[in-house]
Order: sequence, then C-alpha cells, then structure tokens
Amino acid sequence: MEVPILRQGQYLIASIQSALTDADLSHLREALIAQVGRSRCRGVIVDVTALDVMDSFAVRTLRDIAHMARLRGAETVIVGIQPDVAFAMVQLGLTLKGVATVLDLEEGLAFLNRRGEERLLETKPKRSSDRG
Amino acid sequence: MAEELRLPIAADVDVVEARQQGRALAAVAGFSSGEQTVIAAAISEIARNILMYAKKGEIFLSLATNGDRQGVVVVARDQGPGIPDIERAMQYGYSTSHGVGAGLPGAKRLMDEFEVDSVVGQGTTITMKKWRRMV
Repeated sequence: MEVPILRQGQYLIASIQSALTDADLSHLREALIAQVGRSRCRGVIVDVTALDVMDSFAVRTLRDIAHMARLRGAETVIVGIQPDVAFAMVQLGLTLKGVATVLDLEEGLAFLNRRGEERLLETKPKRSSDRG
Repeated sequence: MAEELRLPIAADVDVVEARQQGRALAAVAGFSSGEQTVIAAAISEIARNILMYAKKGEIFLSLATNGDRQGVVVVARDQGPGIPDIERAMQYGYSTSHGVGAGLPGAKRLMDEFEVDSVVGQGTTITMKKWRRMV
C-alpha cells in the first residue's frame, strides 16, 4: 500500500490511507527523504489519521523520517494521532521525542508556517550569538 | 470454548492481518476501542518478533472467560532459535536486532498476563491475555 505524497507549496504532505506494513513504512521513509531533496521543500507533514496502530516500528520510522528530513533541511510534523492510538503508545512506553506532533492537517500547516518564519529570523546575522 | 483463530506469520502483511484480527476479536469480547488498539499493538509487537527472530511462526487468537471476566488470549508460537536470556529480552530497550527493544516488554506492559516459554534451538511460545470485567 503506497502512501501518496502531495506537494503543497514548500511542503510535502504524506497522507497515510490505511494500515501499513513495516515495508510500507520503510518505503514511505525513503520516498519522503528523496522527495525532500528533489522538491527542495522546507516542511513535511505526515498524516497518520488512518493508521490503526503505532507500534515500536512505526514510531521509530516516523522519528527517523523527522530526523533525516531535518538533516536535509526540512521540518517534519506528525498530524492526526488518534486518541486510541495515543493511549496504546503511552502504555507501550513509546514517545516521539524530538518530533513535532499536532492535532490535524490544519494545525500542521500552521506549525510549519510558524517554523518557517522563525527560521527566517534565526538566519539573520547576530552580533553575539551565544545560544546553547 | 469458542473457536480458535490460527494465523500464519511469515511476512509483514501477516503482522497487519494478525493485529486486525486481534482487534476484531477484542471488539467481539466487548473491549473498548482504546483497549482494542492496545491489544492490536501488543499483537503487532510479538508478531514482528516472530518475523525478526524466527522468520515464521503462528499466532492463535481465542476468547476466554474467567469468573466474571472475559478475555482475549493471544498465543504466538515459533520454531525459531529461542531466547537465550529471557530476563534480558524482557528489559525495555534491550534488543539483539537493532530494534527499539520495545517488543516483548512493550507487549507485556499492554497486556494483563504475559508468559514466555522458550527453549534455545527449539522455539518460543508467548501467551498473553487481556481481561475485562463483564457488566
């Protein structure tokens, strides 16, 4: 089951449509990271609303996507984690530490827009840069 | 008792199938949708463990009752290499396969009962149960 990846402005949106196998998830990771470069995008949204379960493999793959995309210059945000899925994740002891998560697609776009503005400010030259 | 569902695990699509069947059975047993997801996640973890360590095996799903409790019973069986050090394998974050190390301990956290029976060179059987009080 291939996950469609849409481009919207500077962002890529991967919208998961059904339960995914481990191979599907790995494929999504490769496809997204390749596309970040090809489309020179600044943000990635992964919509997991339709995901039935987030187990350790899914969580690790999403974390990898976020970290790899960041190394390629794009910010990732995970949207649409369902209440039941969040419940099971917490019980499993799984966290998405270091990965942005917001409620839904709309919030995801707003998040990336905000991050983009912050990034513009960050890249302005500073006189004494002493940020940790 | 109710019939048992036998699911072969030999490819990653089987992992998805097993957890979806487990969820469906949990729904039949009257578990909330949150608990159904918990059971599905536990099945996903142990089914993946079969693939990773034994390449193939089986998962059996059934319903059980115990007094005023109804439950889902998941048995995962393989003829793989077995687990040499069960105590370590049950430690969160320990993995011999570059995994997260959340498989067995994670599944244990999710379920009410969890038992590992493993003989090196012969295979592993994991039995796990989740209960709910009938009202």
